[in-house]
Amino acid sequence: MRNKITSVIAALGTAAIMSASANAGTLDDVKKRGALRCVVSTGVAGFAYPDKSGVWKGFDIDFCRATAAAVLGDAKKIKAVTSTGKTRFTKLNSGEGDVLWRNTTITFSRDVGVKLRFHGVNYYDGQGFMVNKKLGVKSAKDLGGASVCIQTGTTTELNLADYFHEHGMKYEAVTIETNDEARQNYMSGRCDVYTTDASGLAATRSTFPDPQNHIILPEIISKEPLGPATRHGDDQWSDIITWVYYATVTAEELGVTSANVDKMKSSKNPEILRMLGVEGNQGEELGLNKDWAYQIIKQVGNYGEIFERNIGKKTPVGLARGMNALWTKGGLQYSPPFR
Amino acid sequence: MAEATETYKVGQHPDLPPPRSEVGVIGWVKYNLLSTPFNVIMTLLAIWFLWSIIPPIFEWAVLDSVWTAESRKACWAKMEVPEGAACWAFIKDRIGLFIYGFYPADLRWRVNLSFVLMVLAIVSVLYENMPGRKFGLWYAVAFPFITGWLLVGGLGLTHVDTDQFGGIMLTFIIGITGISFSLPIGILLALGRRSKLPVIRVLCVLIIEFIRGVPLIALLFIASTMLNYFLPPGTAFDLLLRVLIMVTVFSSAYIAEVIRGGLQGIPNGQYEAADSLGLTYTKAHLLIILPQALKISIPGIVNTFIGLYKDTTLVLIIGMLDPLGVGRASLADAVWAGLAREVYIFVAVFFFICCFSMSRYSLWLEKRLSTEN
Repeated sequence: MRNKITSVIAALGTAAIMSASANAGTLDDVKKRGALRCVVSTGVAGFAYPDKSGVWKGFDIDFCRATAAAVLGDAKKIKAVTSTGKTRFTKLNSGEGDVLWRNTTITFSRDVGVKLRFHGVNYYDGQGFMVNKKLGVKSAKDLGGASVCIQTGTTTELNLADYFHEHGMKYEAVTIETNDEARQNYMSGRCDVYTTDASGLAATRSTFPDPQNHIILPEIISKEPLGPATRHGDDQWSDIITWVYYATVTAEELGVTSANVDKMKSSKNPEILRMLGVEGNQGEELGLNKDWAYQIIKQVGNYGEIFERNIGKKTPVGLARGMNALWTKGGLQYSPPFR
Repeated sequence: MAEATETYKVGQHPDLPPPRSEVGVIGWVKYNLLSTPFNVIMTLLAIWFLWSIIPPIFEWAVLDSVWTAESRKACWAKMEVPEGAACWAFIKDRIGLFIYGFYPADLRWRVNLSFVLMVLAIVSVLYENMPGRKFGLWYAVAFPFITGWLLVGGLGLTHVDTDQFGGIMLTFIIGITGISFSLPIGILLALGRRSKLPVIRVLCVLIIEFIRGVPLIALLFIASTMLNYFLPPGTAFDLLLRVLIMVTVFSSAYIAEVIRGGLQGIPNGQYEAADSLGLTYTKAHLLIILPQALKISIPGIVNTFIGLYKDTTLVLIIGMLDPLGVGRASLADAVWAGLAREVYIFVAVFFFICCFSMSRYSLWLEKRLSTEN
């Protein structure tokens, strides 16, 4: 309900300033300011969090840095505009942020109703279930009668109701507000199952004293495509965000990494040469420097590097590539060609 | 007992101290804890309850706690049971973030200096006996502007955007600004509401009733989202400033009502006495009415201030990171995630210290200003 109201307010407000912001040249603003303002979350494990000295890190932050590298030539020139789930779209639409890199699920109502422009899916997520191994549950279809910890006012609540209704099972909902609360409830046995996005489940599980005793069930019951967003009305800026993301994916596909990008400048593959700005003038067409993609790869890395550094197998979050593997490896990450 | 058998003439008996069993610790225990069988049972229950919760808490928070570790895993490795004790190493690791928020590390001396200036200003306002207090009061008036310049920069200092502010520093900024500006505004609103001029009265009533009828969280949402839409693009001013204005306005309305209560508590004779002395409205209020009205409103005023101070955590909802926000954001760091209890206890202790000191000061002030014997 609250979400609905927020989006209505956001939509109304957006309509009010449509005329005002339509002519905004975000690219020029960012260059003039010398800093890119990314709307990010106030803390999601692996995706956005401050380190000890207050520097923001994470998967979303790295894409923000990649954008800054492309636009300003320096990945450090970012400003994190922290926002909660309720204020993120207004922060973007009111111009407090230039781009939204904040694990946001792309939906019809957000794209059309809130008047956002989405630019591809940089992380495919989906709602899953976590249970204690002791229960001996192997599939979500065995969960009839279970008590389920679930965050209120989110799409996960609706997905859960639909799924259990569809399979003719009953459940007892234990509603909670934050992830920490869910963790406490789940560990104390107040609920048998914890359900949220699979990446969130993995991150939560990694904080248990005994992560090996808990399993994430194979069923994924919803589609949660996460991606960046910008305001309506600035097509050049939209193109830039879209192709920053594609550049990271294409770089991985072509084997260009932050370590070998200098060597790759003398590669024989024309697509690599076009992307890195050795040939052609794709950078200028976007309104950027010739070496925009080179700066992304050099300073931040390709999609695989960003993934492994923040949420991959070797990090505490420990996610497998899964759906987020390249299309050549059975996943969904696919970039149009740089031609 | 020789004394007991002594005889005195009628009316000559000297005052003797009460028997030992009626005063001191024994007497207190006897009268307060063991006066009736029911109270004896309640006392035993209370002792049993305290005995069963305090030692485990003490063990968890102090005896077994871990103060140095690199990560949650390292912390737990040092304990007998993982999660069996507090891991204060996490708070220690993040203490800079908790205090300064995202303020640039090399400029943090400016925040430290502001803290020192703040203590000086508070002392010079609150303690009458401080030497050179007159100068101190002028300093306290200038303090918000000096600190504002120190923290934001400009005029020779490197500029720091207010979105870098966070943590305890942010709580202090919002809390102290709200408290120090809402008192004068609240007094004016209260006087305006009792004014004989209809325009002023109606205006003040409208402001007070509107603000009191809207939750603070709604005002904060207006500050953070709606205002931007109403202002022409490019003129949107600083979010922190917007929040400060909203918080001040909000608590002014409450203070106004508390002070109006105080004003109504002054007997009519005082107003008439002021009039019969030929005092003007301003003089009558400054010399006779307000000193008395404020004195009897102290508990209510401090109560409102404590409420305001704790309400500053609501800025979390609009994405500003106060200590609670910093704590929650830090919990997203996979190296430490899972130590929510430590964070919440730390923040609770911080707020308790601040609010408890305010409440103690108000008690002390009430006693000092009391004219009854």
